Amino acid sequence: MGIEEVYRAESRRVLATLIRLLGDFDLAEEALQDAFAAAVERWPVEGVPASPRSWLISAGRFRAIDRLRKRRREVPGEHDIPQETDESENYDVVDDRLRLIFTCCHPALNPDAQVAMTLREICGLTTEQVAAAFLTTAPTLAQRIVRAKTKIRDAKIPYEIPERADLPERLASVLHVVYLVFNQGYFTRADLATEAIRLGRLLVELLPEAEATGLLALMVLHDARRATRTNARGELIPLEEQDRSQWNREQIREGVGLVERALTSRGFGPYTLQAAIAALHAEAPSSQATDWPQIVGLYDVLLRANPSPVIELNRAAAVAMRDGPEHGLTLIDAILARGELEEYHLAHAARADLLRRLGRKPEARSAYERALALAVEEPERRLIERRLKEL
Amino acid sequence: MKYLCLVYQEEKQEANVPRDQIEQAKKDYWAFAEDIKKSGHYIVSHGLQHTDAATTVRVRNGKLSTTDGPFAETKEQLGGFFLIEAKDLNDAIQVAARIPSAKWGSIEVRPVWV
Repeated sequence: MGIEEVYRAESRRVLATLIRLLGDFDLAEEALQDAFAAAVERWPVEGVPASPRSWLISAGRFRAIDRLRKRRREVPGEHDIPQETDESENYDVVDDRLRLIFTCCHPALNPDAQVAMTLREICGLTTEQVAAAFLTTAPTLAQRIVRAKTKIRDAKIPYEIPERADLPERLASVLHVVYLVFNQGYFTRADLATEAIRLGRLLVELLPEAEATGLLALMVLHDARRATRTNARGELIPLEEQDRSQWNREQIREGVGLVERALTSRGFGPYTLQAAIAALHAEAPSSQATDWPQIVGLYDVLLRANPSPVIELNRAAAVAMRDGPEHGLTLIDAILARGELEEYHLAHAARADLLRRLGRKPEARSAYERALALAVEEPERRLIERRLKEL
Repeated sequence: MKYLCLVYQEEKQEANVPRDQIEQAKKDYWAFAEDIKKSGHYIVSHGLQHTDAATTVRVRNGKLSTTDGPFAETKEQLGGFFLIEAKDLNDAIQVAARIPSAKWGSIEVRPVWV
């Protein structure tokens, strides 16, 4: 195994453990670089050690302690030196990875910082890569990360896995970050979606809670349709027009299996229910042959657990498929009348679709125009423009 | 590590709270303070009089200026504080979440410089 492969496979694990041993993110990152620099020097001569991970952790730790000793000589009393213990062979790497995840996604950190820390520290993306994904500049993002690390140190956010009683709430915050990363990559950044799925897999492997499984299922099922979601012109293709033969069957099989597992575990919630809906879509041979009654039923359960106008809107669209467009339209008009989704482009787009199916062209046109005025994502805008042209 | 838990709530709403709820809140506060004394978190706490009684003081160019009222007008006002000793932020958050006012107001948890 070459050093580059070891870096890809082990660097995040080594970092997670170094943060615990050294008690400081920046020091651990320096130590990680030091450890790999030492490996580059010594492995070609001495051969790759039997356990590269332990070797790297030990090397990183010794170099960090060296650094601290030097700094302490320069600035006395400034740095505590971590205790040297004899546990180098017995690092609890699984727990350290979870510690890192829960610390990066700590709800006391700014939500943007949670995402940035997760992508940088857990996924190993560079600051530049994260900045590009979130349409911000590298210095702004670096600032955010510095602030988060300062808060972790100064407010003393512990490097630990939450206790059982806090776990649901803390896990929810982790899952939210993962889902944000996934959604950021939904249209244009397959790499981000892939990172999110990798994170989801890691979570399920480390902490097989129902909702972690549910979220992974949801992401895998959405990703299975990636190739068919936009056409060559970058225009969004709605579900009913997608070429289902191009959906990734292997991912669908995996997603469906995960949904089944999540649904039979205790404590499943919104992610699992959304994944169950995605599974019904994924398994249906066509839009007409979709099990709409069951989808409406799942939305009912989802709404009871998690009342939200966006879910109501999705339910209305499913009702339209089950009972006819006029029924869906009544529901959407009622939601819009409450004013909650007035600024949400998909509410107007969904309404426009139903008006179009009912042949009420002038009304459909003005609803599409309203949707277009609110939509931001280019693939969605192109679809709306196409609909307007077709009317 | 020491954390200051600042308790914010809407002064204006207090007039509308029924008598028995106020009594219950007092009991809850008393029980909470006893609780965190036993667990070793408690250092000191006080409730504050309303912002009607507040005075803001500034010295600019050596000149004293005194104005009526709090430093900033906000929806919720500082109504009291608990200074606690906690293992880390998670521990402090757990304590802050049990402050009775957390149910109707907000608690700002501020680490103290050491």
